[in-house]
Amino acid sequence: MKLTLKIWRQKSAGTQGKFIKYEIDNISEDTSFLEMLDQLNVELEEKGEEPVHFDHDCREGICGTCSLYINGHPHGPHQTTTCQLHMRSFKDGDTITIEPWRAKAFPIIKDLVVDRSAFDRIIQSGGYISVNTGGTPDANEIPIPKDVASEAMDAASCIGCGACVAACKNASAMLFVSAKVAHLGKLPQGEVERHARVQRMVAQMDEEGFGACTNTGACAAECPKEISLTNIALMNRHYFNASFSH
Amino acid sequence: MILDSKTPDGPIAEKWTRHKFGMKLVNPANKRKYDVIVVGTGLAGASAAASLAELGYNVKAFCFQDSPRRAHSIAAQGGINAAKNYQNDGDSVFRLFYDTVKGGDYRSREANVYRLAEVSTNIIDQCVAQGVPFAREYGGLLDNRSFGGAQVSRTFYAKGQTGQQLLLGAYSALSRQVNTGKVKLYPRTEMLDVVIVDGKARGIVARNLITGVIDSHSAHAVLLCTGGYGNVFYLSTNAMGSNATAAWRAHKKGALFANPCYTQIHPTCIPVSGEHQSKLTLMSESLRNDGRVWVPKSKEQAEKIRTGEIKAGSIAEEDRDYYLENRYPAFGNLVPRDVASRNAKDVCDDGRGVGPTGLAVYLDFADAIQRDGRDTIEAKYGNLFDIYEKITGENPYNVPMKIYPAVHYTMGGLWVDYNLMTTVPGLYALGEANFSDHGANRLGASALMQGLADGYFVIPYAIGDYLATMPYDKVSTDHEAFREARDKVDNDIKKLLNINGSKPVDHFHKKLGKVMWDYCGMARNADGLKKAKKLVQEIRDEFWSDLKLTGGYDELNMSLEKASRLVDFLELGELMIDDASLRDESCGGHFRSEHQTDEGEAKRDDEHFAFVAAWEYKGEGKPEVMYKEDLVFENVKLTQRSYK
Ligand SMILES: Cc1cc2nc3c(=O)[nH]c(=O)nc-3n(C[C@H](O)[C@H](O)[C@H](O)COP(=O)(O)OP(=O)(O)OC[C@H]3O[C@@H](n4cnc5c(N)ncnc54)[C@H](O)[C@@H]3O)c2cc1C
Ligand code: SF4
Ligand code: FES
Repeated sequence: MKLTLKIWRQKSAGTQGKFIKYEIDNISEDTSFLEMLDQLNVELEEKGEEPVHFDHDCREGICGTCSLYINGHPHGPHQTTTCQLHMRSFKDGDTITIEPWRAKAFPIIKDLVVDRSAFDRIIQSGGYISVNTGGTPDANEIPIPKDVASEAMDAASCIGCGACVAACKNASAMLFVSAKVAHLGKLPQGEVERHARVQRMVAQMDEEGFGACTNTGACAAECPKEISLTNIALMNRHYFNASFSH
Repeated sequence: MILDSKTPDGPIAEKWTRHKFGMKLVNPANKRKYDVIVVGTGLAGASAAASLAELGYNVKAFCFQDSPRRAHSIAAQGGINAAKNYQNDGDSVFRLFYDTVKGGDYRSREANVYRLAEVSTNIIDQCVAQGVPFAREYGGLLDNRSFGGAQVSRTFYAKGQTGQQLLLGAYSALSRQVNTGKVKLYPRTEMLDVVIVDGKARGIVARNLITGVIDSHSAHAVLLCTGGYGNVFYLSTNAMGSNATAAWRAHKKGALFANPCYTQIHPTCIPVSGEHQSKLTLMSESLRNDGRVWVPKSKEQAEKIRTGEIKAGSIAEEDRDYYLENRYPAFGNLVPRDVASRNAKDVCDDGRGVGPTGLAVYLDFADAIQRDGRDTIEAKYGNLFDIYEKITGENPYNVPMKIYPAVHYTMGGLWVDYNLMTTVPGLYALGEANFSDHGANRLGASALMQGLADGYFVIPYAIGDYLATMPYDKVSTDHEAFREARDKVDNDIKKLLNINGSKPVDHFHKKLGKVMWDYCGMARNADGLKKAKKLVQEIRDEFWSDLKLTGGYDELNMSLEKASRLVDFLELGELMIDDASLRDESCGGHFRSEHQTDEGEAKRDDEHFAFVAAWEYKGEGKPEVMYKEDLVFENVKLTQRSYK
């Protein structure tokens, strides 16, 4: 198929960016979205132009690196990662607009590449269980009900891609933070620190410049890993309780 | 050079305990006087960095991704082995050890493998304590599944996302140490050289991928936890960025490279669909627990399937060849990976492959769905089925999956002794980057185990033994050795940018990959390898004269990154070919078609090849020199591997 691409090009963090239009032909339906961009990049390089920079690594929907805002949706039209999007989701002759994540806390580095280290700093502030290596009890010592373990697993499936932030008009990071709070808070091992954890993570989230949550649910609607809004409710409960236990 | 593995004396079950006792310790108050560089934040690197920081060392951790959580370990699906024997089905440390040595086709070092099996149980305890949400049974205890090459259920898993959950566990431990200030993180930073001062590894030179600035970092020891080199083949299941640069540049600085030709081809990947393909997607091997592998018995029917005239469903039961179940009744669909891969190649070479290209076999869940119900199968494999459908547009609940082998893992890597130290003092290699535990073939669910064993439970002891002998003094990054390394890296990059040829990087990488796959892939022979060596040299020459790079030096330049990695793949590829030529036997994933049993199985030559081939770099354009580490088997009897 033949497509028109409108892609955000920006040389570096400090420079002005703008949309540039490209035409591309001979794209097969089985091609993934990123492979389509690979093809564009080969053509650009052959012409001596700089390729479009975008983040990606595993191309399997698990590393959370890919991060394109496609036709007004983070990761495009389906609830999946950009790398798992295939060209069969588009039609011959379509125009596709491709932008980076837009959020104050995710500054643009170049073209479609943004800096998401704010997420790492939120985890560093408290997104863990404080155990050192060694000296842990036998893994089967504390039985965990199957449904609790699988709820924790669902929350732990977050890939840290940032689509939730990109989807939110306030650029809030609540879905991401709540997924970690819920994952650890649901498990007996993580329950111990749940109050301190949520307070520290929320404080860091605010410091990074993410916006407030106004419960529109845009995040969960776009999250490729179907992280549920119930995590946000749970996090609010933890946060509320934590304020009282102090 | 004599390769001393430093394997401790004593009975195998006591070696590690005795060795730990014999090792020197660094007093807790003195640990803060030592700096350690950890390159890589996958399972091996993140677990090592976190554990060393907890002990009190000052750690700097590097990765080329934008976050340590995105290391390629995140993509592992199936599970992690441990000899817990929770299932009471006869597992033990000795059995896991035995299975791993046998699975590796008797080409690994017994003592290392035993230690791996021994600490495997601690790994599960550690991960559970960190909050890794492993799958559980209704009673609340941990669930297990079985994996290829084993007759017991010892694999722990977290849906089809085990690597993700284990890595997030290690990443959380690492993040906690970043918070305490004991670890300093350097994401989007690529190590491009090791710096050696007075014969010891004392630092690295790395490029900030955003600014292009080349920086030096000094330390008392350097750990390479940089993963495998499967991307030499261009198409593999590895992440796009996975590369050999760190290991290869360490090799050029004196670290011997062991068994480079040992590559694992994974039997269950989604087949290639076209020229545009940039990577291959693995379908977890755990699928072989319930899926049945088959192709049509007749070539005529296979041909009709390929042209689309008939569908899989219209082939009658008696016309299907469940070739693994038929040839290997004891293990059936669960034979080790190399056996499964080779058999898939054989039936396709025989003209019975399916799919438009004929390079695919079926993995069929119809019987399992009928037996256990769709819900059960969905609970076990739902997310894998989803991935499959997203990529291929076909629904595996209704039609059989199509799979084909793909490059997946590299057993070869930097040679290390029992302490995980390379031949350069103070330079360690952990995880997939070393060669140590899997011999000529790795069993499923054992790479995750090895990465975490190395990082959580081996290196914290081993490094103390070395650092205890080191003075506290730091080497300044103004030292001549640092300056030289920086200049070299700077020159190399400028050289690439100045070729001004006509073809982008991928052109050369695809070419290299094809040569490696055709001649140094699933089956190899002397003539093919000879041809491949010449071809690789030609591609290298063409690369250095016709590469076209755009973009600059001092900015984010992803084509430059790719080109710089390809430089190393082009050199490593040739060494893989040399190693494959030298190893005139078949073993595990290394299948020399000249050496097979009457039944088409890999035929080892223990008399001549029961050794590790460790290669020494001798300078540009000079042939490398091979040193042998003889493998001694005292606890496992060498037999022809049989999975019948
Ligand atoms: C799709 C897939 C599924 C798998 N499934 C399983 C499974 O179910 N069970 C199992 O046991 N094994 C599995 N494996 C194998 C296993 O995942 C890997 O062998 C293992 O995770 C490797 O871990 P590692 O820590 O050694 O390296 P990696 O996780 O590859 O990490 C390498 C790290 O090094 C960094 N790095 C590399 N080079 C440089 C450089 N020059 N400068 C700076 N940083 C650098 C990277 O940024 C990264 O952080 C699977 C592999 C694949 C490809
Ligand atoms: S919550 Fe969903 S959208 Fe947000 S980072 Fe996690 S996976 Fe991405
Ligand atoms: S590239 Fe890893 S999730 Fe898309």
